[in-house]
Amino acid sequence: MKPYLREKAPKTLSEILEAPAYESGYLVTKNAGWRNIRPVINADKCVGCLQCYLYCPDGVIYKDGGKVAIDYDFCKGCGICKKMCKTGAIEMEAEK
Amino acid sequence: MSVNAKTLNEDEFFYGHKACAGCGGSLAVRIALKVLGERSVAVLPAGCMSAVGFNFPQLCFGNNAIISTFAGTASMLTGVEAGLRAQGITDFHAVGFAGDGGTADIGLQALSGAIDRNDDILYICYDNEAYMNTGIQKSSLTPFGAKTTTTPAGKNIRGNLRPKKNMFEIVAAHGIPYAATASVGYLNDFMQKVEKAAKIKGTKYIHIIAPCPTGWGIATDETVEIAKEVVDCGLWYLAEFENGEYKLNYQPKEFTDIESYLKKQSRFRHLTDEDIETIKRSRDAKWDAIHNNFKIN
Amino acid sequence: MAKMFLSGNEAFAYGIRLARPQVISAYPITPQTIVVEKLSEMVEDGSLKSEFIHVESEHSALSCAIGASSVGARAFTATSSQGLLYMAECLTYASGGRFPIVMMNANRSTALPWNIYGDQRDSLSQIDCGWIQAYAENAQEALDLALMSYYIAEHKAVSTPFMANLDGFVLTHTYEVVDVPTAEQADAFLPKFETENKLDLNNPRNLAFSAGPEHNTAFKYKEHIGLLNAKKAVDEAEEKFTEIFGRRYTGLTESYRTEDADYILITLGSIAGLVRETVDRLRKQGKKVGLLRIRYMRPFPNEEIAEAVKNAKAAAVLEKDISFGNEGTVYTNVNSALHKSNVNVPTSNYIGGLGGKNISADDIEKIFDELSEERAKVQFIGIGGDGK
Repeated sequence: MKPYLREKAPKTLSEILEAPAYESGYLVTKNAGWRNIRPVINADKCVGCLQCYLYCPDGVIYKDGGKVAIDYDFCKGCGICKKMCKTGAIEMEAEK
Repeated sequence: MSVNAKTLNEDEFFYGHKACAGCGGSLAVRIALKVLGERSVAVLPAGCMSAVGFNFPQLCFGNNAIISTFAGTASMLTGVEAGLRAQGITDFHAVGFAGDGGTADIGLQALSGAIDRNDDILYICYDNEAYMNTGIQKSSLTPFGAKTTTTPAGKNIRGNLRPKKNMFEIVAAHGIPYAATASVGYLNDFMQKVEKAAKIKGTKYIHIIAPCPTGWGIATDETVEIAKEVVDCGLWYLAEFENGEYKLNYQPKEFTDIESYLKKQSRFRHLTDEDIETIKRSRDAKWDAIHNNFKIN
Repeated sequence: MAKMFLSGNEAFAYGIRLARPQVISAYPITPQTIVVEKLSEMVEDGSLKSEFIHVESEHSALSCAIGASSVGARAFTATSSQGLLYMAECLTYASGGRFPIVMMNANRSTALPWNIYGDQRDSLSQIDCGWIQAYAENAQEALDLALMSYYIAEHKAVSTPFMANLDGFVLTHTYEVVDVPTAEQADAFLPKFETENKLDLNNPRNLAFSAGPEHNTAFKYKEHIGLLNAKKAVDEAEEKFTEIFGRRYTGLTESYRTEDADYILITLGSIAGLVRETVDRLRKQGKKVGLLRIRYMRPFPNEEIAEAVKNAKAAAVLEKDISFGNEGTVYTNVNSALHKSNVNVPTSNYIGGLGGKNISADDIEKIFDELSEERAKVQFIGIGGDGK
């Protein structure tokens, strides 16, 4: 199962379990704020080779209709995807 | 057909973690879990991957996962495997992910014990060549010459004076059913090895080079390239140990320039020509040994 | 039920067999070895269905048991002395993770100097690691504790690991006639281990995670409450135990002729047998003396001790332990219990039996005699040489 963002974080004593044990993949914060630059995909150039998807350390690139798309909530902007793209379909753009 | 980018499980099991941008270790963990699937039970010792993945209430493993003691990756894996089997559960993978320090230093005894017992576990060492989680201190897998915060490069001593311990061959010397080396620069090779290991009964060990941009002094987008280059220049090699035999998986036609590999990284920038010669000689000696002892395809 | 002639170690092993642990991981250390040897034989002859893991160290023994417990398997390990210290990191791990593992500890001196004989410095040095700590007096109690330990540790309100302590050699290697219950009786007593605190392939979880300053206190508070809850679980276990097996135990402490006693000796472990005999002998001489045996050091019997001692003229604590630079650990705890209940009875502390040094009936009689006099607060007995 892919971890996903939840609406609330456990806070009260009763929400915190007896043991340090909790539901898998429970996310309460995003990583978007880490980025200075963001990868942008040019769909015209993308050939769907999936090398960016394969090599992304954060797993934020996913298959999307024969091409790829990016989950910007969790992309840290490392730029590996751009390096892996043989067709030049990914450009890094400054975050505003 | 063996697994590749197109056939790989689309589910993500290590997601939303707080690893540094461009982290090679997190890439190794992510890919291995995608190959092994949702019925993997992951054990991670105190170290980078547990520190970035298990901060309650931000829990970044989608599968079953637990932190072990620093020294206890292998022994906890043993307990997990035995505990599930004792309850009649057999369709799972007990997989450990430990760093170089957690494997070659503090966790070596427990790993050796598990291999000795031939426990049915897969142990993956993501090797970033120093104690990165605590701030880049030398481990026994830090290569010769590397500057770390405990092997500073100064006038008297130029970084780490000792060569990298050969974990792959130490593990193989136990007579382990399967061991392999890998690099996050060659993920197809790594994925095939994980897939193969998952089908073998007994103890399996995969040692994957996983560069750390923070500790190696490279840009965050250079992780994969440098992990490829370390193989291409011959300072790391892709190999397997199976049925008592070593096998080389990839022979670069011609080694790329060692100096170029080293000087890209700030941890090696202080090295003298003489140091680089020493590194070249040790690489060549290693490859002579590989040619003498390994099956070459 | 069958009568057998068993050592403390063997009796404990028979108790563990009745509890049917699914995973046993252990590393040998004197004087614990016989319990794991016996269990190995039971696995070999098929009378115990358990995964027996030959680990390469005590650290791995407990780490492996934690792994097994983390997937919901009942786990057992055993150790002693240096082994307990070597696995110390895993002690807080097991308790913080709320894994109800049972461990037998053969109480033994800690180096240096090297010494294989019994004292209680090993377990008492780990009193704060979050485990339930029980001390058996004889082989029958050892067997019964082995069985009850899982009931208490796995109790829903407790979920805390259990360390059962047996005095090295004096108890672990001494043979006594022991009643060994049948498997049917044991199964009627001990429910199957069920927990939600586990890695579950149908309901995946992340375990043993980090909790920063915001949440850490909540987890530690819950751990503390879990350990305190063990007191009720002990009572519940012993009541059910009596129903099925007939033998009766008395909770966190055992009082012997303390009701009208002027002078009370508080101690723990196997030495209590000799103290009991001495109490009887002195009673015949008209001396109003009594014994209070601490059965559990954690949870600590604060109320029980205050209640037993409140009408006495003086009390002494005899323990095989010293917290260097201060006093015996048990003594510190006892004084705290009395103080909290406003019991103002003078106390003193006798440190004896270190490294297996014999404590004689005369030593015990002397302690009772001294209780009516002015005396040093903390004193060693059996120093030898010039030290007396």
